[in-house]
Amino acid sequence: MQIHRKILKESNKLKVLILGIFLFAAIGIYAQDTIKAKVYTNREDNAKCLKCHGQHKFSMTSADQKVFTYKMPSDYVIDTAAYAVSNHWNFKCIDCHTDEYAVTPHNQTLRFQTISTCMDCHGGDAQFAKYNFEKIESEFQLSVHSSRHNAEFNCWSCHDAHTYKINARNKEQSVTKTVAYDNAICLSCHANFDKYQLIRDTVNPNVIAKHDWLPNQLNHFQKVRCIECHALYNDSTLVSHQIMPKIKAVKNCVQCHSSNSILLKTLYKYQVEESRKKQGFLNSSMLSELYVVGANKNIYMNIVSIVIVVLTLLAITVHIFFRNKK
Amino acid sequence: MAQKIFLYPAWIRFWHLLNALLCLLLIVTGLSMHYSNPGALVGFRVSVQVHNLSGIILSLNYLIFLVGNTITNNGVFYRFALKGMIDRLFKQFGYYTGGLFKGEKAPFPINESRKFNPLQQFTYGSIMYMAVPLVIISGFIMLYPELILPHFKGLIGVFLTDLIHITMGFFISVFLIIHVYFCTIGHTTISNFKSMINGWHEVH
Ligand code: HEM
Ligand code: HEM
Repeated sequence: MQIHRKILKESNKLKVLILGIFLFAAIGIYAQDTIKAKVYTNREDNAKCLKCHGQHKFSMTSADQKVFTYKMPSDYVIDTAAYAVSNHWNFKCIDCHTDEYAVTPHNQTLRFQTISTCMDCHGGDAQFAKYNFEKIESEFQLSVHSSRHNAEFNCWSCHDAHTYKINARNKEQSVTKTVAYDNAICLSCHANFDKYQLIRDTVNPNVIAKHDWLPNQLNHFQKVRCIECHALYNDSTLVSHQIMPKIKAVKNCVQCHSSNSILLKTLYKYQVEESRKKQGFLNSSMLSELYVVGANKNIYMNIVSIVIVVLTLLAITVHIFFRNKK
Repeated sequence: MAQKIFLYPAWIRFWHLLNALLCLLLIVTGLSMHYSNPGALVGFRVSVQVHNLSGIILSLNYLIFLVGNTITNNGVFYRFALKGMIDRLFKQFGYYTGGLFKGEKAPFPINESRKFNPLQQFTYGSIMYMAVPLVIISGFIMLYPELILPHFKGLIGVFLTDLIHITMGFFISVFLIIHVYFCTIGHTTISNFKSMINGWHEVH
């Protein structure tokens, strides 16, 4: 009886302990959630703009109170869902655009105002030092995008400030997604004549046909970014912005398909820096998402295979010796 | 003059010659890809092209082997009873590592109804009906990864396929070394090679 009660007491203690742990965990999760939850302070202000720019149509009322509805040009439509999760999620429209836009219909001359570029906010700021914006800018200045079409081409040509979201430097995002996101940036001009036309009068070259020489083209396009071969990699920026002239693009398979694969200095740079290592595989930081023939071999398997071959040859030599002795 | 028996019909000699040459190409180019580095003996792009083409031809050639072994009675020589197999393998192995040196008679002499000794039967059987089919299947999956692999879960697909491919490729390579060496154990050192050209086996 005594023992019985003791066990009962013990098991109650256990229950309390388990309950306590659950409660603690729940509070922890809740607290974490509230920390993570974004508090938007730009909603009210932006609503005034998004009333029209958040959808594909807008209406205006004439002096005699007639309502006219028009189609909003798609470039002027802001994807509000993407904006809300983008890096610039809490900006007010008028942080970057002049508040003179409050007047509708907008004054046409507002178009001629220059808009800030990335460097105006991100340059020379210790908070952004790890991104090395200065180096990105100088790389961009050396790239064909800058040297060939100077003034019209700027950060915004590739990065839409309204949807930009950090990619390569994001632990939670798969590399495959980063590849798709980054390649879509290149293709937004190189596979889209409407945009390409803004800076060039010629027809854009067909990306698929130009890369005919690449075996398993689709696989390459899904697994690596255009910039792996077309941008000059370096040590100080995560994503190189120095796009090289096409004759300088990497065209030698071995640069990726080898133990010293350049993918580690480009696409997998972040993973390498975060040094996710898996036992035994060469260049294992890539292995989470792709297998590159020639760049990911298992060192132990290689050693075992060489040992087996050597032993086989040794056995044959011994056999030959005995055969000749007979 | 040694006694001669006809063991290797023309179609098997044709299949075998092509198969051997292609295997050599596949091994050289496969190793070049696997140990790929700048300045390698065979460049990566050439290796890929030669490997893919040889792989496809080898697969078509394998059909000759399969069909041939099905419609002629050559396939019978590959069939072995599991019962007592271990004993027979050991007996043959014992002969190769002992009796042979003392000039003893082979325990399973080759004749028209027994083309292969137990060791040959076992290795030829497992290479031709396991390693080669697996290397072909995994090879074709890697040839058309975008068609087949998306149906498997992510990386495991490519990784496992490649693992099977290189393991089986390795077995074939080691088999090749041992196979060629053992072929020198014949009536004379070269008589087995001659028989694979003219079809006639000189009895040991
Ligand atoms: C004796 C036979 C063969 C050997 C020893 C062999 C060996 C190899 C090796 C070592 C690799 C490099 C894999 C790595 O390093 O991860 C490879 C890749 C590959 N093999 Fe084979 N292989 C053989 C037959 C075949 C066949 C029959 C096919 C096709 C039908 C094939 C198709 C491929 C493909 C597609 C690749 C990937 C690279 C490429 O696109 O060429 N192989 N093989
Ligand atoms: C340089 C390469 C090669 C040489 C010189 C060679 C030589 C020979 C010789 C002399 C024979 C007849 C002796 C015997 O039946 O044991 C033979 C048979 C055979 N070899 Fe090879 N071989 C080579 C490569 C290969 C490869 C790569 C394979 C398979 C992947 C292979 C599979 C076979 C099989 C299955 C037989 C028996 C064929 C039959 O009669 O049904 N050989 N080989």
